[in-house]
Amino acid sequence: MLAMLAKEPAHGYELRSRMRDALGPLGDAMNAGQIYVTLTRLAKAGLVTSERAEGLPDRPDRRVYALTPAGQQRVAAWLTEVSWPKPDLSEFHLKLVAAAAARLADPVALVDGQRREVLRRLRDAQRAALERSVDPVAGLLLEGVVLRLRADLEWLEACERVWAERDRTGRKAGA
Amino acid sequence: MTERSEPRGHPRQAGVSASMVLRARGLTRQYGRDSGLVRAVDEVDLDVPTGQTLAIMGPSGCGKSTLLHLLGGLQRPTDGEIWLADQRIDTMSERALARLRRDHVGFVFQSFHLMDELTAVENVELAALLAGQSPRRAHRRAMYLLDRVGLADRARHLPVQLSGGQRQRVAIARALSNEPLVVLADEPTGNLDSGATLEVLRLFDELRAAGQTLVVVTHDARIAAVADRMISMRDGAFADDSRFAGAA
Repeated sequence: MLAMLAKEPAHGYELRSRMRDALGPLGDAMNAGQIYVTLTRLAKAGLVTSERAEGLPDRPDRRVYALTPAGQQRVAAWLTEVSWPKPDLSEFHLKLVAAAAARLADPVALVDGQRREVLRRLRDAQRAALERSVDPVAGLLLEGVVLRLRADLEWLEACERVWAERDRTGRKAGA
Repeated sequence: MTERSEPRGHPRQAGVSASMVLRARGLTRQYGRDSGLVRAVDEVDLDVPTGQTLAIMGPSGCGKSTLLHLLGGLQRPTDGEIWLADQRIDTMSERALARLRRDHVGFVFQSFHLMDELTAVENVELAALLAGQSPRRAHRRAMYLLDRVGLADRARHLPVQLSGGQRQRVAIARALSNEPLVVLADEPTGNLDSGATLEVLRLFDELRAAGQTLVVVTHDARIAAVADRMISMRDGAFADDSRFAGAA
């Protein structure tokens, strides 16, 4: 959510619609309450500030939210993280959308960095599976890990294709 | 279009570029013309040192198979230069090139390309017989290679009596029969299930440990397990070139 504010400050309702645009149908499950609870927590942590918009009632969705310098730093650090701890595709997807929208990083470069990391993990798991001493049952787990990482790689290839194409045609991504 | 006479001994030992098995500069291959012009390989520079296992990955149509064919002298580049060991191959005569391929390059294909009428050992012998070796010597070498790929007990089987993984291992044994400077493999696991893929990867790993130079083009990322270096190809060019540290 922080990254969605990186492009420019936004009203609560704008922020919600940016998230929905970025996530597509998956964003429908997100409710407004979650967003404002999160924004309040982020404000407490000193990562966002909010101002009451002129001439509008003071409701969370009418306040204008902006990143603090600490929030900007947090976003920059998040963009360059290449951890792939769980198959959280939405998070990586949002990273690309936010990076492109705020021109904070090149989405294709982010995909490349992520792909190298996934490839390194796949290599380790497949090397372990090559050991002849691996018991067939233990081998099943390795096979599962390898299969999931291959699916991740395939998805990253699709990401790269689309973002590289956007880059070529000069269209701006994001809301 | 001339070339020196057949190399004596291993070209590996001659010339200043001896440590590079393959070198390419500005390598380009175009298909079609005008608005239908496609650059399947687009000004690629590549150095493959002796003993390296290089995997070239990318989606279908990225130019990786064309690149492999250019490196192995199966196709001619539109532009650029290629050396195999110290020999420039893009300007070589067809005859000299065919001899160089026969003597110094091993090919492995997705669909094995074994002769259905010949047994495993006969398939492996064939390359050596065509290169002029005595039948006895060719047979001995073929048996040695089948043993090396773990198929000594399948020597008298026809390809149809072998599993996919076994057939590919016979094809790899055949590719090794001329003690090639480099083995070039095009989607070697493309037709194999996961168990057979494991067999082939293990074999590649053994070849790597034995110092065999190997170039594999594939879209199967599992090849990473046995590669020292991986190049990602996109639109005929290299998008990424990573080397793995601590390859076992």
